[in-house]
Order: sequence, then C-alpha cells, then structure tokens
Amino acid sequence: MSIRLHLFSKFRAPSHKVAHAILLCVAVFALLGAGDPGSRFSEIGHQMMCICGCKQILLECNHVGCPSSDGMRNELMAAVTRGDSDSLVEQGFVQKYGPTVLAAPTTRGFDRVAYILPFVALFLGFGIVIVIVRSWKNRPVPAIAGGLRPVRGTELEQFRDQAGKETDL
Amino acid sequence: MAEIGSFALLLALALSVYTFLAGIVALVFQKQTFVPATEPGSKTARRNQVADVGSGSSWAALLRRGSERIGETARRAGIATFAAVFLAAVVLVLCAFRDDFTIAYIFHHSNRDLPAPYKFATLWSGQEGSLLFWSLLLAAYGFVLRLRYKTDPRLFAYASVVLAGVQIFFLLLVNFAANPFGILEGALRPDGSGLNPLLQYPEMVIHPPMLYLGYVGFTVPFAFALGALIMKYPGEKWIHITRRWTMVTWAFLTCGVFLGAHWAYSVLGWGGYWGWDPVENASLMPWLTGTAFLHSVMMQEKRGMLKMWNMWLVFATFWLAILGTFLTRSGIISSVHAFAQSSIGSWFAWFLAISFVVFVFFFFKNKSHLASEHKLESLVSRESSFLFNNLLFVLLCFTVLWGTWFPKISELVQGNKVTVGGPFYNRVAIPVALLLLILTAVGPLLAWRKTSLESLKRNFLWPTVGAIAIAMFLMITPQRWGSPFGLRPWQDISYFYSLMAIGLSVLVTLTVASEFYRGGRVISKHTGQGMFASMVQLTHRNTRRYGGYIVHFGVVVVIIGFAGAAFNQDKEQEMANGDKLTIGSYTLICRSYTDDDAPNYASEWALLDVYKGGKQIDTMTPVRRFYKASQQTSTMPDIRSTLNEDLYLVFEGLNQDNGHPIIKAHLNPLVMWIWLGVWIILGGTVLALVPNAPAPVRVPAPARLEHVQTSPVATGD
Repeated sequence: MSIRLHLFSKFRAPSHKVAHAILLCVAVFALLGAGDPGSRFSEIGHQMMCICGCKQILLECNHVGCPSSDGMRNELMAAVTRGDSDSLVEQGFVQKYGPTVLAAPTTRGFDRVAYILPFVALFLGFGIVIVIVRSWKNRPVPAIAGGLRPVRGTELEQFRDQAGKETDL
Repeated sequence: MAEIGSFALLLALALSVYTFLAGIVALVFQKQTFVPATEPGSKTARRNQVADVGSGSSWAALLRRGSERIGETARRAGIATFAAVFLAAVVLVLCAFRDDFTIAYIFHHSNRDLPAPYKFATLWSGQEGSLLFWSLLLAAYGFVLRLRYKTDPRLFAYASVVLAGVQIFFLLLVNFAANPFGILEGALRPDGSGLNPLLQYPEMVIHPPMLYLGYVGFTVPFAFALGALIMKYPGEKWIHITRRWTMVTWAFLTCGVFLGAHWAYSVLGWGGYWGWDPVENASLMPWLTGTAFLHSVMMQEKRGMLKMWNMWLVFATFWLAILGTFLTRSGIISSVHAFAQSSIGSWFAWFLAISFVVFVFFFFKNKSHLASEHKLESLVSRESSFLFNNLLFVLLCFTVLWGTWFPKISELVQGNKVTVGGPFYNRVAIPVALLLLILTAVGPLLAWRKTSLESLKRNFLWPTVGAIAIAMFLMITPQRWGSPFGLRPWQDISYFYSLMAIGLSVLVTLTVASEFYRGGRVISKHTGQGMFASMVQLTHRNTRRYGGYIVHFGVVVVIIGFAGAAFNQDKEQEMANGDKLTIGSYTLICRSYTDDDAPNYASEWALLDVYKGGKQIDTMTPVRRFYKASQQTSTMPDIRSTLNEDLYLVFEGLNQDNGHPIIKAHLNPLVMWIWLGVWIILGGTVLALVPNAPAPVRVPAPARLEHVQTSPVATGD
C-alpha cells in the first residue's frame, strides 16, 4: 500500500502528470480510426505491389485489363471484410504471390537489416562526428611565446583579410 | 551518312587518345622542369637548379619548350574532339530528319510521322544515341575548359587529361559496343518502329539533356579535384575555379531530376511523381552527394578544412553518376525504366572499378597534401553544422543506395528477392530528411568557429514560436477546410510526417526571412534606404550567401509540396454520358466521349465538366492514345492545377462490354508547390552565380563605432 501511495504521490508531480496525460492522449488517439475497413484496405493496398510486371503499388496500378490487380484487390477487400489481421493478410499474399508482393521488406529475419543498417549508420555517424569535434575541441591550447602583444600594421591587415574571408562580412 | 558519322566517332576517339597520352607526356616533362614560383627553396626547385647547372640550362629550356608544345597539341586535339563528336551527333539528327531507316538506331527510335521535336530528341531516345549525346556533352565541357586554360594552364592541363580519360571510355563505347550508326540488317523497311510513346511528351525533349548535363557536368569538378590531387596543387584555387561549374552542374541536375518527376506525373498516369524506382534513385544519389559537396566545399574555401572529405565527395558524385548509368544499362537491378538493357553493363563495371582504383591510388599517394589547416572549435558552430549536414546528406545517399541494392543483397543472402518500394523509403528516409530540415533552419544562423547559446536563443526564439504556432494551428483546424488543415498527427504516421515537414519548413522560412531582415535593417540604418532596397543591396553584396538562402526557401516550398501527399485521394469509375463522379469538393459530369485520328496516333478521350460548389469551373479532357508505329498505348492525363490541389484525370480505357470510358480521378494537394519550389531553387542558384557588388569603402573603426550600433548580422555563407 505504501508503495502504491508512493508511486501515486510521484504521479502527482506536475511533470509526471503532464507525461501521463500525453501518454494517455497518444494511446487514445492512436486507436482512433483503427479498424475502418476502407482505411485498412487503402493502407494494406499501399503496402503491396501489383505482380503483373508494372512494378506499381497495388492500388496505384493504372492499366485497364491488368491481368492481376483486379483479382488482387478483390482478394484484399475480401480479407479485410472478413476481419483478417494485417499480418494474416500479408502472409496470405506472400504465400500466394511470393515475397516480392510486399512493397517493402518485412521486419523479420534478414529483412530487418534493411531497416536497421541506415539507422545504425546514422547513430554511428553522429557518434563519430561528436567524438571528432570533442577531441579537436579539447586539444591543449599552445602557449603564446612572449605572451600577448598588440597586433598592428600589415599583420592587422592580414588578420582583417582572414576574418573577411571566413565571415564574408 | 552513316559512314560520315562512324568516321567522325573514330576520329574523335583517336583525338581523345592523343589528348590523353600527349597530355600525360607533356605533364611528366613539365613536372621535371617546373619551378614553382611560390616555393623557391623547395626540393623540386633545387633539383631544377641542379639540372640547369649540371646539364646546361639550354637543355632544360629545350625540354620545357618541347613539353609545352606537346601540351598545346594535346589541348588542340581536345578541342578538335568536340568538333568530331559534334559532327557525329549532327549526322545522327540529320539521319532522323531524313528518315534514314538503313540505320538501325533510327529505325528503332523514329518513324516518318514523328513530329520534328521528337525526331530531334531521337538523339537521346535510345541507348546508342544517349551514349553519343553523353560523349557530346563531355566534349562540350572539355571544349570550354580547354578554351579557358589561361586561367591556370597547369591545373587545366591536368583536368584536361582526366576529362580525356573519361571521354575515351565513352567514345570506346559508341565506337565498339553501342554504335549509333550500325546498319540495319535485312531488307529496307518503309517506316520505323517509332519512338516509345511514353517519351513523346514535350518535357522528354528537355529532361534527358538536363539530367545528362548534370551527370556529365560533375566530371569537370572531379577532373579538377583529381588534377589538383595529382599535382599537389597549393591552396584552394581549384575550388574557386570549379565553384561556378559545380553550381551550374548542380542546377542542371536539379532541373533534370524534377523534370523527370514532372514527366512521370504528367505522362505515366498513376498520379504520383516519384516511385523510388532504381533509375530515379540513380539520379537522386549524385544529387545528394553533389549537394553535400556544395556545402562542405565552403569549409575548405573559408577555413581550409575537410579537404580529404571534399575529395571523396566530388569523386563519389562523379562515380554515382556513372553508377546510375550502369544501373540503367546493365539490367542488374530490375526497373520500370530499364528499357535500354544490354551487355554494355560490363563496360561500365570495368570503368567504375578502374576509376575507383585510380582515385584511391592518388588519394593515398598524396593525402598528406590534404591536411586540414584548422580544427573545429565548438560543437555549436557553422563548421559542425556543415559536418552534420554532410553526414545526413551522405546517409540519405547511403539509404537510397542501400534500398536500391537490397533486393540483390537479399537474393544473395536468403535466396529470394524482395521489393524495396515507397513504404521502405518513407520509413527510413523521411526521418533523416526531417533532421536535415532542422539543420537547414539552424545552420545558417550559426557563426563560424563558435556560437554562444545566448545568440542562438536570440536568433531562434521568434522563428521557433512562429513555427510551433503554425503547426498547432494546422493541427486544430477542422479537416473540412481541406489540406493542409486538420493535420492530426495521431491519426496516421503520414499526417505526423506532414505536420513535422510543414512545421520545420515554416521554421526554415522564418530563419531565412530573419536573416534578410536583420541584414537589411543594418544597411537601412547605414544608408537611410527603405527596407526592401536595403535587402536587395544586401543580397547583391553577397549573392552566394543570400542566393543560397533563396535556394533553401525553394527547398522548403518543395517539401511543403511533398507533405501534401498525405492527403491524396483517388476514385475510379465507369462514366457514361451524364454520369457523375465526386471527389473532394469536385463533381465531374461526363458530357461526352469520342475518338480521333492523327497521322502518328489514334486517340480516345472523354469530355468532363468540372463543378465546384455547384458552379462549373472547367471542362477537362483526359486522353488515351494508340501509337500506330510502335503499336503501343499511352495515357495523357488532364491536370487542373491550383496552388491548393491538383485535379488529375486519367482515361484508363473503355469497358469492353458497353464501350463506356473508365475514368480515374486523383486529388493531389499542394503538388504545384513542388514545381514552384524548383523555380525558386533555380532562381536562387542563378542569383548565387551573379558576381558580388563591390565591397563598401572601409571606414575607420573608431569613427564607425561612434555612430552605429553594431549587430551580429552576417555569419558567412
């Protein structure tokens, strides 16, 4: 009981309240619109390819008399109307038409690499850039021989030109 | 005529080989006798002095003069190469106009009734012609380069040799692997097979030239970069020389990529403009690395940094342009565009391998010459924003390359192919593109070396508030207002991406506007001019920087156009006379449908009255054509474009049972913004090419401080 109270009291902190509310909103709104057969048909149909050789998304295949797309659309509509889950519909299509019927790699097995690698590269790249910048930044500053001295004449002009070049002022 | 063309191509090859070999000989001898003016005490200079003293200066002078003469003949041979390739191209076009069907290429890509502009476009309509066209453009770039050699004779001589090497490859192809003047075997045919119907569209007359100008154009900065690397060229002058080349080339490539998108939208009839097809990807990849190069090259120019990185970027851009052609021609990756597959893929593979080896060899041989002059001082600086910008551009390029090759990789690993289409890129590339958009907003406001957090807060507060306010407004407005209102990010991931894209676009726009405003305000205070005149003057003083901002603005306009895709709708219906179709706020009523006959094609079309709010606003006529020569059909969608949305109608065909037309209607919001954005990008690029106005007369600092309050305005490009 005391633990529950403790947790409860934690949730009463303003920042946690806001976080809780946001989570709730996201959960509620995420469920809105789900399950509508029309939107599911459109959503799944845009994840599939027409197999006639036109290499178009199933619902974008636009030639009249296509030997494949009409039948595939009817099958999809029937599956959605039956209430089959998305994965069941996909599995059925893959079994019948082969894995190329899906417009994108699945998130299973080796296919996962397709999605993972770009993000691994992104994080690795960010990491490398940050490490490089930090290592350059943390270099010891070389001591100035003879200490600071005022800059005048041609040397000042040189620095002025350099500043102009670097900033385009 | 075919003989003249073939002879011209052989002559061009011979001239190119001479340019290449004589150029190398001249450079080798010049190197041995070259005394660099800037490094009088160097090893080379001492060696020359020793040579002059030991063997007699007359011998060294003779050698130098001889090598200069050989170099000059190489330069002239390079110029003559252009004349020979130009002659070959003119002959091919003349053959198309003369309906010379003895030539196989003309037979396969033209016919008697083909309109004149398409007969001209025959030059780049098929594989052999497009390779000849590629050679012509390369020769033309080489021609200009060799005429302007006095800018820096040695560097230009090196670049000329590199260009000649690339030119030899393309001329070998058109002479021995894909000759456009090959004679048709068998009896003479009365008419040709005609041009692919999909290519019979006005934009196809200009899309390939633009794309090729971009592809080929990147050979020039690459040639200069490799030349500078080989000769260990001191300083960054080669970058100054190639800056305009690179920008012009980038503008051509941008134009080519978007003309291709517009062609796909206007001709293919599927209602979209980008299908992530491997060939489309092939044009996007060099554009991405080229854009990264345009940014990072500023760091080399201004701070002497990223020299090695820039070298790799410019090579990657050139290499990816060739890889794109390899993808198109080899058939190694299946594509809807792979209409020109052949065995020349192996030629490209070899060329890619050789160019890679040559570049890597010289890179490692001379990389000590590319040491950075400065180091980064802060994570919050213009330099690091360029680093992250480059990282994201290269990552996007990698993602596209990875997605393009993944079906092949999957086949090798799992034994079965997979499709990598739009949904994959939407999941992977869009988040990266959004990060890039954030950097586009942040980067220009960061100062070189280091930016204080206070300055960041000051510069970003109002643009961020504005962007959030507009995003919130778009989120809470009712959906019945039409796109892009009522963007509820929780309803669909595409809405979330759209909202983010529009919000960040607003942020970029506001930061760009604030840059113009703050700069204009300072000039206005100085001169007493009005704000607009001050901003014009500001732009004229640093066209590259402010032209760049306009390009950024154009990019966000394009992004807003892309964001509209989340609201696309479509509907397909059979329409007899008087039938109605409703989509969005439009009602279409079929007034009539009929057919027509022209010399080149027969057509079927429907006449549809368009109503909005109960009022007739237009009459549209989607058409379907049957091209007689090629015996192929093609749709000609009718598109009614407004800033808000495109009504896009396709005549899909006739119901075989009752003869009624089947119409597909698409409602595509904000598409016009894409084309508008491209014009702004091109305008910004042209502005960036305009020379700066002369710098104002320098006023002594104490006097200026007395009268003017300074403000941190300009932070460089």
